[in-house]
Amino acid sequence: MTTTEPAPNPAEEAAEEERPIGFGRLLRKEDPRLIRGMGNFVDDIQLKGMLHLAILRSPMAHARIVSIDVSAAQAHPKVVAVITGADLAEQGLAWMPTLSNDTQAVLATDKVRFQHQEVAFVVAEDRYSARDALELIDVEYELLSPVINVRKALDPDAPIIRDDLEGKTDNHIFDWETGDEAATEAVFLNAEVVVSEEIIYPRVHPAPMETCGCVADVERVSGQLTLWCTSQAPHAHRTVYALVAGLPEHKIRVIAPDIGGGFGNKVPIYPGYVCAIVASLVIGKPVKWMEDRTENLVSTGFARDYVMKAQIAATKEGKILAVRSEVLADHGAFNGVAAPVKYPAGFFGVFTGSYDLQAAHAKMTAVYTNKAPGGVAYACSFRITEAVYMVERIVDCLAHELKMDPAELRLKNLIKPEQFPYTTKTGWVYDSGNYEPAMRMAMDMAGYEELRREQAEKRERGELMGIGVSFFTEAVGAGPRKDMDILGLGMADGCELRIHPTGKAVVRLSVKTQGQGHETTFAQIVAEEIGIPPEDIEVVQGDTDNTPFGLGTYGSRSTPVSGAAAALVTRKVRDKAQIIASGMLEVSVADLEWTKGSFAVKGDPSKSVTIQDIAMRAHGAGDLPEGLEGGLEAQICYNPENLTYPFGAYICVVDIDPGTAVVTVRRFIAVDDCGTQINPMIIEGQVHGGLADGIGMAMMQMIAFDEDGNCLAGSLMDYLIPTALETPDWETGHTVTPSPHHPFGAKGIGESATVGSPPAVVNAIVDALKPYGIRHADMPLTPSRVWETMQGNHTPPI
Amino acid sequence: MQVPAPFEYERATSVEHAIALRERLGEEARFVAGGHSLLPMMKLRLANPEYLIDINDLSELFYISEDANEVRIGAMTRHRDLLDSELLAQHFPIFRDAEKVIADPVVRNRGTLGGSLCQADPSEDLSAVCAALDAACVIKSTSGERVVSMADFHVGPYETAVGDAEMLTEIRIPLRPNSGSAYEKVERRAGDWAIVSSGAAVWMDGDVIANGRVGLAAVGPNTTSIETVSAALSGAAPSEELYQTVGDIAAANCSPQTDQRGTAAYKRHLAMELTRRSLRRAVARATGQEA
Amino acid sequence: MQVNMTVNGQEVSEEIEPRHLLVHFIRDQLGLTGTHWGCDTSNCGTCVVLIDGEPVKSCSTLAAMAGGHQITTVEGLEVDGELDPVQEGFMNCHGLQCGFCTPGMMLTARALLNKNPDPSEAVIREAISGQICRCTGYSTIVRSIHWAANKETKVSLGSAS
Repeated sequence: MTTTEPAPNPAEEAAEEERPIGFGRLLRKEDPRLIRGMGNFVDDIQLKGMLHLAILRSPMAHARIVSIDVSAAQAHPKVVAVITGADLAEQGLAWMPTLSNDTQAVLATDKVRFQHQEVAFVVAEDRYSARDALELIDVEYELLSPVINVRKALDPDAPIIRDDLEGKTDNHIFDWETGDEAATEAVFLNAEVVVSEEIIYPRVHPAPMETCGCVADVERVSGQLTLWCTSQAPHAHRTVYALVAGLPEHKIRVIAPDIGGGFGNKVPIYPGYVCAIVASLVIGKPVKWMEDRTENLVSTGFARDYVMKAQIAATKEGKILAVRSEVLADHGAFNGVAAPVKYPAGFFGVFTGSYDLQAAHAKMTAVYTNKAPGGVAYACSFRITEAVYMVERIVDCLAHELKMDPAELRLKNLIKPEQFPYTTKTGWVYDSGNYEPAMRMAMDMAGYEELRREQAEKRERGELMGIGVSFFTEAVGAGPRKDMDILGLGMADGCELRIHPTGKAVVRLSVKTQGQGHETTFAQIVAEEIGIPPEDIEVVQGDTDNTPFGLGTYGSRSTPVSGAAAALVTRKVRDKAQIIASGMLEVSVADLEWTKGSFAVKGDPSKSVTIQDIAMRAHGAGDLPEGLEGGLEAQICYNPENLTYPFGAYICVVDIDPGTAVVTVRRFIAVDDCGTQINPMIIEGQVHGGLADGIGMAMMQMIAFDEDGNCLAGSLMDYLIPTALETPDWETGHTVTPSPHHPFGAKGIGESATVGSPPAVVNAIVDALKPYGIRHADMPLTPSRVWETMQGNHTPPI
Repeated sequence: MQVPAPFEYERATSVEHAIALRERLGEEARFVAGGHSLLPMMKLRLANPEYLIDINDLSELFYISEDANEVRIGAMTRHRDLLDSELLAQHFPIFRDAEKVIADPVVRNRGTLGGSLCQADPSEDLSAVCAALDAACVIKSTSGERVVSMADFHVGPYETAVGDAEMLTEIRIPLRPNSGSAYEKVERRAGDWAIVSSGAAVWMDGDVIANGRVGLAAVGPNTTSIETVSAALSGAAPSEELYQTVGDIAAANCSPQTDQRGTAAYKRHLAMELTRRSLRRAVARATGQEA
Repeated sequence: MQVNMTVNGQEVSEEIEPRHLLVHFIRDQLGLTGTHWGCDTSNCGTCVVLIDGEPVKSCSTLAAMAGGHQITTVEGLEVDGELDPVQEGFMNCHGLQCGFCTPGMMLTARALLNKNPDPSEAVIREAISGQICRCTGYSTIVRSIHWAANKETKVSLGSAS
């Protein structure tokens, strides 16, 4: 069942002060400290005797290390230690596993494989001296020819990047495919219309405002390691450190304090963290390492970098029959993709989009290049950004060829509500959906017909206006443990709830906010289930010593997985509370009725006990029903039955100055459906942020390289992020189609807008350029690239 | 985050003091005004001066004043004040056009006219503004002061006529009757350096342009004032054809490079297009058709 | 060298290196960690503080240069337990998510409202355009600043009557 609601009026909303016990608009519990500057971010942590670590990085993309002379750096009066790859190799710590079971150098020992790769580190008494000492390290390199062009990575004469891997004779990482190749071929052979396009999703970077970093503190006697770290996945990090460094897991405590944005950038373990741990272990003092912005942009988890050859088959009337693609994936120098093991291409398999197809097939080749590692980051839901971008772009190319309105073409092909649960031709089971109302709502909010009329008039006058549509289906909440694990760790999440004697509560999560508002939404989930006001519920997260195991926050999985765990653990506690209540009210359990916050005797509401009363009884001196233990708490581990499939319809309106090719985003309409909503205010915020991301990626962002492998986007001067002047006042609305398998029907929302918005923006720009006969143009659509496209000189960005 | 290498810091208390310090400390010393370009370069260790002379206390260099013949602007006048100045907006609206799109509002609170000109970044906007306005630069030293044109001020990218023991103290802009000026800039995003900018200033004599100048930014050397532009404008009646001709001259006289901001062809096109626009608007202002 | 300045109304006098950046002085030496930093190149505005009431990027300002001036950081917005309306606005309108850019955004908003008590959306967007937020997409920040402006207008009307 779907309910639809128009966009809220923000002014009215902001004025009223609601305090829902459960779901609804609720001001955030984290804000009182953050607006006072009293957050606690990693770089805010100061420990007694703490030292500072700085990393020396390679100036070259591919070079053999001939020698490293650290003597001058060691002689610096404030330097405590200088460590090279050779030093780490002695401890067996020069290499570490990536989240894709590849290996990555912590510090280069043999050669450097991407520009800015870690070569050595300095530990000094203060951060200024650590930075100074880097200048005193002398490294001699022997330059090697780099592999930069992904299309040439598999050439027979291409230099071998990973000669550290035994028997490696090329730069191939993996081949992968999904769907039915023969069936798809058959559909294409008979199709009336086939449209092909090479569609590129360039390399981008999440660039959270807070860079990555940590403070490592190894206690000399006990061997206890405490690591404060910008980690989206503290439990997974702890286990990996145990596996890599051989540290006993019970002696490792990972604490992720306040995090200044993550967007996937803070999922992997970076060499800097390992360096800081080693330094603290060796020196016996706490060691802090914080990346500078350049380090963040040039060395940590990038995203995308897919060259996608897409094809779509359809009838002349616009019935889409099949989609297929061949993808060339640039993974950089180490395969650092953070995706479930069985999904080397992430969830790219949902490239069939929101359409009812007869067949689909994709195959992919992933290669090494002399670039920074990564690939899954930046709010991508494990490569769904790429998949949705490809399908939404190729559908627009089809509309172009058929001379059909792109919204009409989509409406004609959307999966129908009665088809859910819908199994796609690549095997994904979409749990629920009601697509057409979302699409219609977006079109109504936009005034779609009127916009098209305006566009036609403008075209008569030579003005360039574009309307871009995208409809996306996300797949979030990884995931069922039978299918999904990272480094062998199942993707289930624990949750623990304790109700204190006075009826206040503490809930402990395995996931970790980086700004999503877990302290608020998880308190609301517990409140909804048990009727304790959210302000009486403390949410504990990000500390492995004080929370149950789970895989962390990314891929929009907190609400679908951990949110479900929070609801179910609360129900477990409520079940016990019901037994206690039956004793208190002297009736059988079956005779009790739950209304939020209390149990009452059926038919006699005057006889009731509140959850607070029950909590006191649970811990009190009075009798409990026979066989029941005291206390009121529970712990569970939730294994999701399926992913959840949020969806949305986006419309972007742009104007282009024909003389300068400058694009202005005039309006952006976003209708999202993430099932049951916990806190509409927070959901709206999640959507807004992702929409801005889309404008960034579509119009200005790219991690580019020159032919020598020099990164050309090493600062925020070169890697552009939209400001308040490039972003419009977002117009949002939503429909609600609950997930049938989630305990309260919610789906993830964190990445929907990042997934759905880039195609809407690009489709709008390409639509504006229709008078020039343009069918496709690749991101980033900077003024220069738009102008070159208008001249018929469009070139792929890679 | 990145941090600068060590240096010594002196705070100048007067122009004379600043120049004396500079003379004593030599080429390893640099003035710091707003610092929002210099300090990032020092953090990235692209600039490593041994001495920084802080000139932010030199209140005698914060002014915008006019007399019968010219407007004088102190070198320490901040971008924000150039933007807000009604006097400049009245005489030289090109300043407000440009200042709206120079860096961002917070940087504009610190950055200064003198700092921008002395940085001499090829993409910097105020050099093109000042060149279009036929401004002169006052450079002081212990032996006195000299006045140079913008063309002579700019020696090359990041290089100016200001010597090691000298200081840029003032910009003088001639006041001419029936004048108009305008600035056009295209950037990839607010706050970014220009892909290309074009500033134009014209002085009318009845229905014809008595004289006019165009200054470009970010399209290579020697484009802050193009002689052939002035020749084409002198004595010409304003028309779309004229703007096109001058735009074409501007495009032909620049030497843009392809980079992340854009292709050389696009930049050359912008040099033409933005020159047409800035000129059109400058004329409209000179003739009272536009504020 | 010795530097003296006023930070959130309190005079401070500290020994520094000339090269110490104002942001590090505030965070590391004074322990006021509400001021953050996000880049090295004056681009992100996360480090914005007020110097003599004007928003300035403290990562591109030397502590030495701030000597003799009045500095306001986010910790100085709340006075005697009373939140600044800008702080309330950000809470009420969901103007923050991770909270990292928030101190700088709020200080710029404070300076804007001091000059212009009733800014339009365009003026607000322009004022914060030197500061990057990755979470909010800016609309809620604009609303937050409007909220504060409305509250202050109401309060000043109330006190006038």
